[in-house]
Amino acid sequence: MLGTVIAAIVLALAVGIAPASAEATPTPSPSPSGDFTSTFTIGGLIRDGDSPLEGVEVRVEGQGFDEIGVTGADGRWVVPVPEQGEYTATLLPDTLPEGVAPRDPENITRDVNLSTTNTVNVLFPTGEGTVSTSNFGSTLITRIIFGLNFGLLLALAAIGISLIYGTTKLNNFAHGEMVTFGAVIFLIFGTTLGVPLIPAIAITLVLSAFTGYAQDAWLHRPLRKRGVGLVQAMIVTIGLSIFVRYVYLFAIGGNIETLDTGLTQNVTIGPATITLASLVSMGVSIVMLGLVGLFLTRTRVGKATRAVSDNSSLAAASGINVDRIIRIVWILAATLTGLSGILYGIFRQVNWNMGFQILLLLFAAVTLGGLGSAFGALVGSLVIGIVTEVSTIWIPNDLRYAVALLILILVLLVRPQGVLGRKERVG
Amino acid sequence: MDWGQILSTAAGELLSPVTAAYALAAIGIGVHFGYAGLLNFGQAGFMAIGAYAFVVPTLLWDFPIWAAFLSTILVSVLFALLLGIPTLRLRADYLAIVTIASAEIVRFVVSTSGLTAITGGATGLSGYNGGFIDLNPFAPGRYGFGPWEFSANQLWVRVFGWGLVIIASVLVFLLMRSPWGRVVKGIREDEDAVRSLGKNVYAYKMQALILGGVFGAFAGVIYVLPRSLQPTNYGTTLTFFIWTMLLLGGAATIFGPIVGAMIFAALLTLSDGIVRGLIRADIVTFISGTQAGQIRFMIIGAVLMLLVIFRPQGIFGNKKELSFNV
Amino acid sequence: MSDTMLTHPLVDGAVGPGCKKVDPIVVADNVTRTFGGLTAVDVAHVEIPRNAITALIGPNGAGKTTFFNLLTGFDKPNTGQWSFEGHSLARVPAFRVARKGMVRTFQLTKSLGRLSVLQNMLLGATKQPGENIFTALIKPLWSKREEAIISKAEEILARFKLLEKSEDYAASLSGGQRKLLEMARALMSDPVLIMLDEPMAGVNPALTQSLLGHIKELKAEGMSVLFVEHDMHMVRHISDWVIVMAEGKVVAEGPPDQVMNDPAVIDAYLGAHHDSDLGDMTGANPVIDAKEAAAEHAAKKEGAI
Repeated sequence: MLGTVIAAIVLALAVGIAPASAEATPTPSPSPSGDFTSTFTIGGLIRDGDSPLEGVEVRVEGQGFDEIGVTGADGRWVVPVPEQGEYTATLLPDTLPEGVAPRDPENITRDVNLSTTNTVNVLFPTGEGTVSTSNFGSTLITRIIFGLNFGLLLALAAIGISLIYGTTKLNNFAHGEMVTFGAVIFLIFGTTLGVPLIPAIAITLVLSAFTGYAQDAWLHRPLRKRGVGLVQAMIVTIGLSIFVRYVYLFAIGGNIETLDTGLTQNVTIGPATITLASLVSMGVSIVMLGLVGLFLTRTRVGKATRAVSDNSSLAAASGINVDRIIRIVWILAATLTGLSGILYGIFRQVNWNMGFQILLLLFAAVTLGGLGSAFGALVGSLVIGIVTEVSTIWIPNDLRYAVALLILILVLLVRPQGVLGRKERVG
Repeated sequence: MDWGQILSTAAGELLSPVTAAYALAAIGIGVHFGYAGLLNFGQAGFMAIGAYAFVVPTLLWDFPIWAAFLSTILVSVLFALLLGIPTLRLRADYLAIVTIASAEIVRFVVSTSGLTAITGGATGLSGYNGGFIDLNPFAPGRYGFGPWEFSANQLWVRVFGWGLVIIASVLVFLLMRSPWGRVVKGIREDEDAVRSLGKNVYAYKMQALILGGVFGAFAGVIYVLPRSLQPTNYGTTLTFFIWTMLLLGGAATIFGPIVGAMIFAALLTLSDGIVRGLIRADIVTFISGTQAGQIRFMIIGAVLMLLVIFRPQGIFGNKKELSFNV
Repeated sequence: MSDTMLTHPLVDGAVGPGCKKVDPIVVADNVTRTFGGLTAVDVAHVEIPRNAITALIGPNGAGKTTFFNLLTGFDKPNTGQWSFEGHSLARVPAFRVARKGMVRTFQLTKSLGRLSVLQNMLLGATKQPGENIFTALIKPLWSKREEAIISKAEEILARFKLLEKSEDYAASLSGGQRKLLEMARALMSDPVLIMLDEPMAGVNPALTQSLLGHIKELKAEGMSVLFVEHDMHMVRHISDWVIVMAEGKVVAEGPPDQVMNDPAVIDAYLGAHHDSDLGDMTGANPVIDAKEAAAEHAAKKEGAI
């Protein structure tokens, strides 16, 4: 991990420091002089002519912060933000009432800079028009396709967690950071440095593989040799996660960056419209997952991996070089997770915290499918992906991760070994 | 480089209400993990629950302050029961994941725009500390000296906060040297052995969970008394920071959580002050003030890793008594 | 073997697997436990005699420890009823079983390593007001009971020759001492039936003698003992009654000498044909006695001439 860290710091120094676009640090704790402080807010008034509109949503993002404000009966919306700095406010046109549309549908994002004032208001002019609404059926299908895309890319990362857990019994809380790594490296090479698509992906995957190697070689194998317990090792990964996340923040700032893949044409599948990039992304996921499946079932190394997951002492006694298998697993898991990061960056955007934000979803997927079962990780991920997307039809957008986590808890209560896990004693 | 200012700010931070809140939350996790071996990674959730249980009734229904405190206790006990009943039978790492998930669900629910009328949504809530200020026994004026000079309200919130910390520490001390504590420590070692001796292991674990959870809830209250209540503060990172404080001081000790919280807070402020001072003095020019702030958290991550690998018992812990084979 | 019906002072009726006892302390009926497709325990009826030392023997995988776990509430059966002192214990959780007076030890010693020897012992005591979270806060409410159990613990520790170690961490004891500690700890609650799971496992011969002595003392003090063992000599030495399990069922019961000579037991433990040459297994290659064969051969030759 030391190598990755040094690499990250070097990259940080080389690439992103001077602009230092983020003006402030998103901290989980209040500033030291924390007595009786005030807040910073972004807000506005949304009306149709003179009548205020209620229930319209505006999404405010920036500094690693991402929240949605809703207009009240007076048409006013307010989003408090943690610090000064740059944010973007995006109107969500689906939440406008019938017959009202943004005056300029192409221009529904505002850049906001909170530096000298505590409060900034933005304006979203509306006028008559229709936002293309659709019936329930097509919404459902659209959501399912989005959910499938999300679930597939989650699966790539989740299989990584499952393989690592299976062979070493380690709950790796730093796994999200490998997702972010893939997205950030791809951002740097593909978008910032303008390297063409395929080479950028290749470079990202190679570097991701290296992070897997580094973590096993310089951190986890020495810890195993030292006899460090699993709970201790888990807390070490928590510390690592904190460290690496702030290195990312240091390097690329707190803004949300968009990836430029050049694949922006829209493709229509039935009632759903998605970008070509998303379609390609799904294809890539499916192919990779298929390859992983073949690897685990057909190759010798793959079978050895499953043997080690099952019973490492027995595997060792059978002549399998357990350490070597674990090393291979880490490299493979890191590569898959890096790829997942690229795809997730395309699906949403890139920011320093993106991997950590989905870490719990990944754990949910793996637990749902059955800890230690790679196929279970796939099934769990698809379920989580589809549930988080489809649930937004009925449940407010900002609660959809909560739904996934609720499912996780329920599964653990009813069937702790997961859908596909073996019934071993979990208590 | 104004060393005087830097050191004075850091020193002041040692007694701040935030540090008291951290210390109390750490004492809570100390009961959970240090003594009972429960991996609670959702302490931020208890803090959020405590804060909202205190603030919402005060604002919505004009609860007097003693009723608000009662609400804090009741709601946190309920949350602990809800959390514990299904999960205390699960293996340690499952419990860790469920507690994180629950804390995140709490955070999502209190931030959701749909419940803004009650919880203030993502904006949060403010204007609830009137009742607390009214209870202030100190007459208006300045108290203290040097870096520890406070107004009457600032003094009151510190006295209250640290008073709770002391009460909690005394409670833990009394419990841990009693037969109850003995059973709980036995459970940490080996549940089956304790069961075979006729003890209802499940009940003890639940009691430990509730006790530590109530401490966490009050920590949440102290946290928000001097300021406004904002849901973004109660993320997983806060839980991990509290864990760092506990492990730093020593997980199964009385002074560990308090000293750990103080050192954490002081280090955070000190490192921030030093790096910013270096920048201002043009000694360090290639990073911005913001990034200086981020370095402190990198340090925390690294400290946590090194601590757990090389000195898991922390400052005050007993190495023989604490190795983590949960 | 005699043709007449075998009787025994402990038994009400004829001796045999599942026989009734004159004064049973545990009566179990139709207890089964399956794991997936494997039936680990299938006991139709068994009774444990009171104030006697009963050994539960059988080959590996016979289901002895599983049956132990079922009786003491550490595992849930698929079917079955059993009662202890007349109270039904089926589906009673493990800690309640222990409180009723049925205390068990474990095959892999569970001494609580990071507590001291004395604290281990004190944990074993019952009726401690200090164990309630509220009374624990007020020392005067529990200090008297604490003193009482400390002196009891020291008395038992002295008997087991562990008194000098009372302040040491249990983890610092040797394996054998930990076994003694576990047995001593089990005595703190004045159990009615004490169940020892392989008490001699991994213990050196000198300590074995000492342990045997302690177990006999338990009986002398009025307790009933049930233990699982593999060591036949030990079983023969101290048990009053032996129950043999194989493949989940009770295949034989009786006083030690009788059971040792029971062909069913011998088959189960040592395999059929245990006293014949393995070459005899299939009957394909008969074992020949050299002298006899030579004499036969000579006779044939003579007859042929």
